[in-house]
Amino acid sequence: MNIQFRESQEAASPLISKTAIADCDIHPARATRTELYPYLAKRWQHHLDVYGVHAYQGMMEGPPYPKAQPNASRRDAWPPEGGPQGSSLSFMQKQLLDPNNVQLGVLNPLNTGQGIRNHELSAALCSAINDWQIDKWTSKDKRLKASIVVGNEDGLSAAAEIRERAGDKNFVQVLLLSRNVEPLGQRRYWPIYQAAEEAGLPVGVHAFGFGGNPITPSGWPSYYIEEMVGHSQCQQSALASLVLEGVFERFPKLKMVMIEAGFGWAPSLAWRLDKVWQRLRSEVPHVKRPPSEYIREQVWWTTQPMEDPERREDLFDVINWIGWDRLLFATDYPHWDYDEPSRVLPAGVTEANREAFYLGNAKKLYGIN
Amino acid sequence: MARHVIAPVDELPPGTRKFLEIDGRPIAVFNIKGEYFGLMNRCPHQGAALCEGPLIGLAQSSDPGEIEYTKLGEIIRCPWHGWEFDIRTGQSYCDPRRFRVKAYPAHVEPGTSVVKGPYVAETVTVKVESDYVVVDL
Repeated sequence: MNIQFRESQEAASPLISKTAIADCDIHPARATRTELYPYLAKRWQHHLDVYGVHAYQGMMEGPPYPKAQPNASRRDAWPPEGGPQGSSLSFMQKQLLDPNNVQLGVLNPLNTGQGIRNHELSAALCSAINDWQIDKWTSKDKRLKASIVVGNEDGLSAAAEIRERAGDKNFVQVLLLSRNVEPLGQRRYWPIYQAAEEAGLPVGVHAFGFGGNPITPSGWPSYYIEEMVGHSQCQQSALASLVLEGVFERFPKLKMVMIEAGFGWAPSLAWRLDKVWQRLRSEVPHVKRPPSEYIREQVWWTTQPMEDPERREDLFDVINWIGWDRLLFATDYPHWDYDEPSRVLPAGVTEANREAFYLGNAKKLYGIN
Repeated sequence: MARHVIAPVDELPPGTRKFLEIDGRPIAVFNIKGEYFGLMNRCPHQGAALCEGPLIGLAQSSDPGEIEYTKLGEIIRCPWHGWEFDIRTGQSYCDPRRFRVKAYPAHVEPGTSVVKGPYVAETVTVKVESDYVVVDL
């Protein structure tokens, strides 16, 4: 037949023969503004209706930079039943989990109660988000695991939320954001690390957040593209702070996951830290070992946005420094800079390293059998 | 090269596009102001359904502050990562040396020509009085 006239097939067959993977950065969204109300005291429902939330960002209702695509999301990720991208479990299963054979999906909700000025409201919203993650997501699909969202600017209430959720198998990590009121190594955040270490939970630091500070270390940039690049600068200063304030020394079993800020910068940051530490160690005597040692032992990295240098050997050099046991594959679904699992890793990787990259490291870190 | 009837012309008015699969390949055919273009519906970067993205123009700048916006409605923007391709040629504006979308010539043929001769439709009743959009593949 040389003439065809037919509709395209919308749903591909589920490719269950694909190698199982973990996706360590999935963003679930609320379908409606009031979806959290069943998990909030009447007092806070009323507060939200009357006053809304106030972020540390001055005079800003929404994010300070436009996000390239509606809701910063893939244009093919609107659920057929309506609601924003990432708000439908059934569509997420059909579009992400089933076709990619995702065995473990780690949820990192954004636009939660993190980084808002009213600390009581912040704690209430974070707790509500955590209940909602169980009800709407993890209890309905066992592949999905949640991150404990905490009111990050109030270390004590954040630690209380972690302790309340500790031991609950619905949760596999604590979630922080990279932009905070102060660098993440500061003492106000220590109760979070203490509680996470006690609970045996890694702490994920996801790019974004609103700490009230300019989005780059040199001030407010003009373009969203500068904000995108700024995520790696922000994670670098967060990581330097964690090392130099002595967080890793004080909490030696703490595991940190750097989420959505790349990883190509890791070796050069560690080299620079080591070099200045050799000369200035008397300023920070609580940092007892070369900074790179803490970083290599206590830090993991999600892959999205996956580094994409022209020469694959450059990528392998970076990963060899970080360690093939330290990368956690992530898609960032449903966001627009999504990484497609079958396309991100160039050829020339051993089978053992591929397995670790796509699944093994995540299962080990998050304690999934 | 085989010819494939896509649709009667009145089913693909200006500003619309049609998705279909031809010989296992996902294809999209566009009507831009009466001109027809066919593209492989798969982004060469990471494989997204390219043609589900918006049709935009081409923003170019000779100097900072000087912005020219041309080719309005002729640039397809990938629904995932925003890579831009010219639907007339499949050329990428991000990295034209390495990435290009396969473009297929599309044009209109009178119904008599697609019904007679070798181009026999097997699955639909072809109305001879219409013109048809045809893609060469």
